[in-house]
Amino acid sequence: MSDENTIIVCRCEDVTLGEIRKAIREGATTLDEVKRITRAGMGPCQGRTCRLLVAGEIARYHRKHVSEVLQSRYRPPVKPVKMGDFAALSEEGGNSQEEGGHRQATGGDGQCICGKAVTGK
Amino acid sequence: MKTTELAIVGAGPAGVCAALEAASCGVKVTLIDREEQIGGQLVKQTHKFFGWHEKSAGTRGIVISGDLADQVKANPDICFMGSAEALGYFQDDGVLLLETPVGIQKLKPERLLIATGASEKMILFPGNDLPGVYGAGAVQTLMNVHGVRPGKSVLMIGSGNIGLIVSYQLAQAGVKVAAVVEALPNIGGYAVHASKIRRLGIPIYTRHSIKEAYGTACVEGAIIWQLDDNWQGIAGTEKQLDVDVICLATGLTPLCEFLWQAGAEMAYIPELGGFVPLYDENMETTVEGVYVAGDAACIEEASTAMAEGRLAGLAIAYSLGKVPADEFSRKRAESLKELDELRAGPTSGAIVKGLAVMKEQMRKRVSQ
Repeated sequence: MSDENTIIVCRCEDVTLGEIRKAIREGATTLDEVKRITRAGMGPCQGRTCRLLVAGEIARYHRKHVSEVLQSRYRPPVKPVKMGDFAALSEEGGNSQEEGGHRQATGGDGQCICGKAVTGK
Repeated sequence: MKTTELAIVGAGPAGVCAALEAASCGVKVTLIDREEQIGGQLVKQTHKFFGWHEKSAGTRGIVISGDLADQVKANPDICFMGSAEALGYFQDDGVLLLETPVGIQKLKPERLLIATGASEKMILFPGNDLPGVYGAGAVQTLMNVHGVRPGKSVLMIGSGNIGLIVSYQLAQAGVKVAAVVEALPNIGGYAVHASKIRRLGIPIYTRHSIKEAYGTACVEGAIIWQLDDNWQGIAGTEKQLDVDVICLATGLTPLCEFLWQAGAEMAYIPELGGFVPLYDENMETTVEGVYVAGDAACIEEASTAMAEGRLAGLAIAYSLGKVPADEFSRKRAESLKELDELRAGPTSGAIVKGLAVMKEQMRKRVSQ
């Protein structure tokens, strides 16, 4: 069906229904396999939109229930992050910047960004 | 590594109510949201809440979120971390990774509540990536938060409460709603909302779906058609609509990424919106110390999300030794009763059935 190639399943990576179905016909049986072959689910939203649609296609082709389709892992980070931001993360888990930010979490002067004193542990 | 007694991911109705409840028992709470504002989807909800039981019935969502935000700000035991997006949860060491305006931070909470809500489901049709195809959430954000009309004429797909309410709001904003289509034989949402848009002359086509969207650089029109009993389009029933916006209100699915990462046991239960975590009467998942509330647990309404949030907040406070056992039992019973009452209506039938399936799986797991 030519329509397949004008239907987008993964908007982030521009993967069409035709491409997903081709991967499944050629032997992909899990979300990870379809992902590695087509890149569906590898974009900024990390599959939030297409994951269920791809699982549905695999289930339909193999006459399985969606729950029986092997899901892929949800590895952190759940969205793209700059390498530099990770590099700036110190061993102590905080950083020294003081302009804004949550000081309860960053280990500041006992005051939170919202202006409240942090009386916690 | 910084710590907190309770970290809540998501400051929507469930997360905020959990924060307020837990803090009222003396728990130190860190409430995290990727938005700057407190309230989650409530800030887009300019309509009055419907219902007979809810304390919030007759109140607009945005008013409720403003009220909740005031309570959070006034509470010395809750720190709200806005513009902070959770990136991951590392189950081995119980650390939450956050992207904040001042860089990436790590937070180790004693208890974790996932109240991340839902993401929208998309449907497949030719032309579904044309500019002008929106999710209903985006249309609400444009109109109700930013005061921008999405276009001149809209085809609404889906007649659940979101589809009906957004159609009405579009009409109020002076946008033509060409039609509402619904794949099921019946309108999904409340009759009160459907009646409102029918009175405006907006047609609702049940057993219909979109065949295709067309246009060169953006949506210029859509073709809808009738469906047979196998959900296939019937040739010859096509109707052409001049629309520049196609709005998808085709359902939500729980956003559970951090629960998967935590290693919580999940089950696929369509009545609840897709993959959902198994959880007990305290809203605790199969991972000790990790809780869930709101749409992340089961796609429902803001009123149930708030009640689940309060229940989770109470249970977390009890688990931290902040509430005496007798008080906890009494308050939990009240909370569970409130949830039962919220789910007593005929439109909650599928939810009640789905929750029974979830509870049965949880029971089997415990008895193993």
